[in-house]
Amino acid sequence: MSTDGALLRVRNLVKHFPIKRGLLVERTVDFVRAVDDVSFSLHRGETLGLVGESGSGKSTTGYCVLQVIRPTSGSIVFDGEELTELSGESLRRMRRRMQLVFQDPHSSLNPRLTVGDIVGEPLAIHKVGSRNERRARVRELLDTVGFDPSFTNRYPHEFSGGQRQRIGIARALALSPDLLVLDEPVSALDVSIQAQILNLLKDLQREFGLTYLFIAHDLAVVRTMSDRIAVMNNGKIVEEGLAEEVYGNPRQLYTRELLAAVPIPDPRAMKERKRERQRLQAALAQQ
Amino acid sequence: MAETILTVRDLSTHFFTREGVVHAVDGVSFEVEKGKTLGIVGESGCGKTVTALSIMGLIPKPPAKIVEGEILFRGRDIANLSERELEDVRGEQIAMIFQDPMTSLNPTLTIETQIVETIRRHSELSKEAARKRALELLEEVHIPNAAKRLEDYPHRLSGGMRQRVMIAIAISCEPELLIADEPTTALDVTVQAQVLDLLDELRETHGTAMILITHDMGVVAEASDDVVVMYAGQVVEQAAVTEIFDNPEHPYTEALLGALPQLEGEGVRQRRLTAIPGRPPDLVDPPQTCRFAPRCKYAGGDSCTSRMPELREIRPGHFVRSEHPASERARTGEAIHA
Repeated sequence: MSTDGALLRVRNLVKHFPIKRGLLVERTVDFVRAVDDVSFSLHRGETLGLVGESGSGKSTTGYCVLQVIRPTSGSIVFDGEELTELSGESLRRMRRRMQLVFQDPHSSLNPRLTVGDIVGEPLAIHKVGSRNERRARVRELLDTVGFDPSFTNRYPHEFSGGQRQRIGIARALALSPDLLVLDEPVSALDVSIQAQILNLLKDLQREFGLTYLFIAHDLAVVRTMSDRIAVMNNGKIVEEGLAEEVYGNPRQLYTRELLAAVPIPDPRAMKERKRERQRLQAALAQQ
Repeated sequence: MAETILTVRDLSTHFFTREGVVHAVDGVSFEVEKGKTLGIVGESGCGKTVTALSIMGLIPKPPAKIVEGEILFRGRDIANLSERELEDVRGEQIAMIFQDPMTSLNPTLTIETQIVETIRRHSELSKEAARKRALELLEEVHIPNAAKRLEDYPHRLSGGMRQRVMIAIAISCEPELLIADEPTTALDVTVQAQVLDLLDELRETHGTAMILITHDMGVVAEASDDVVVMYAGQVVEQAAVTEIFDNPEHPYTEALLGALPQLEGEGVRQRRLTAIPGRPPDLVDPPQTCRFAPRCKYAGGDSCTSRMPELREIRPGHFVRSEHPASERARTGEAIHA
């Protein structure tokens, strides 16, 4: 068991991708420091929001946690076990407890499988229950995420983006995981549908005591989902803390610049926010 | 006196497909004034892009067809111009920028070639003069090291810089109307703010009229003077920007604003968002009733589901297409309590 009670503890995580040159004989000329010394912990039932712009390393961090990408160095301890040292069957056993929800519900669902097969696939892979038990579990899962279980024999293309994301969430829940890594789960959805999915995620978290690593570029979406927020830039966490503190009283210029850039639905605040942006740009230029 | 650049009147653009007639745009009207930005906001499939493409004469014919309505640009109907006539309108008088600057730029040509090509197509400038103008344009859209960037190919530029190049090309012939279709959707939030600021600056210095199409209520608030809210191919609400955000009337506009996650405020973590149940209707032969009624919490068994509400002026300059606008609900609510 972990000592500080954290479900997930990431220490000094580094992921470098090689930049290769040469046509026949490839040689590594440099590295992209996608994740550069990142540390954070995540407690059971809590949501940590990982927010940043494209290329900040937030998704790579999420994939490293799940060992989808093997980190260059650093430690990832999940429920007391060091994941970076695991492989084969022991890693597979741990992976059951951590699942990923993707951004794009169009490309992350196999178009040749029925909805029932997609949601049931993790159960089949991990040989959970009999065929009939699995079928019952799939219907139960679909019902949980608000997807009509009578459509299990249909194919994903027959459904809208919001419905497809529900299928993806049901699949992620199939093995009753402890941790969900949510990588931009609503950024492909319209506002009215986005709200449905965010509410669903909040409900599921409460009902099953799930722990979320919530990765997104939309600062307002991250705010509404997270207990704590880590702001990433250039592979590093530049600021981390309780959501209301990071947003209400940001310490770093970069965080302030990000927050000032978010368009908010208040036309009267526009001029003041524009001035704030100009002030911050001037301050950043001086750094 | 405000000078009207563009008048769209009862525009209907339908797509004739094997599955049936898709009423993508169904009786849309609005005006755009010189030096003002009209924001058109709505979710996917509401018809905002098809409206823009209809104005530009860029809808694919077939299957699409403008079945009704007028598009008056400075009083001249451009809805049914020939391709040749349209080519002179496009670029010179009306220009458009798109969401994805990578697919709108030619990857095999330098930035300079692409700007010069546009300038020369629409003016008598010599090659040399056009080159000089291209440099001025890049400087005007605040691209650093403009002279060097001219020789670059698009892939060398970041998304924000590419969108600046697209804007430079769009304003190269000093169009009177600029249509920006989700111009910042593919960009990071800090870059988005810069591009919106740039568009605002250009509108001010050139007095260009602008149509800004977006799904983002925040972007609309930030960058528009007037707002048109579209739903299922129709205008459901229309007013000045402060009026829309202070006193939204249509249940859909209210619900959209309610569904937005908030950046500030206590208890947002615990609170559920007010989602809009269901999803927009199929636009193949839509029923002649209120199109929002199936998702509207105020729609009863009354006229909502028996006939189409008219777009009516509820206050001066504020139009709404609903039987249950907020201010009338408040009034009848008071009556019940009294």
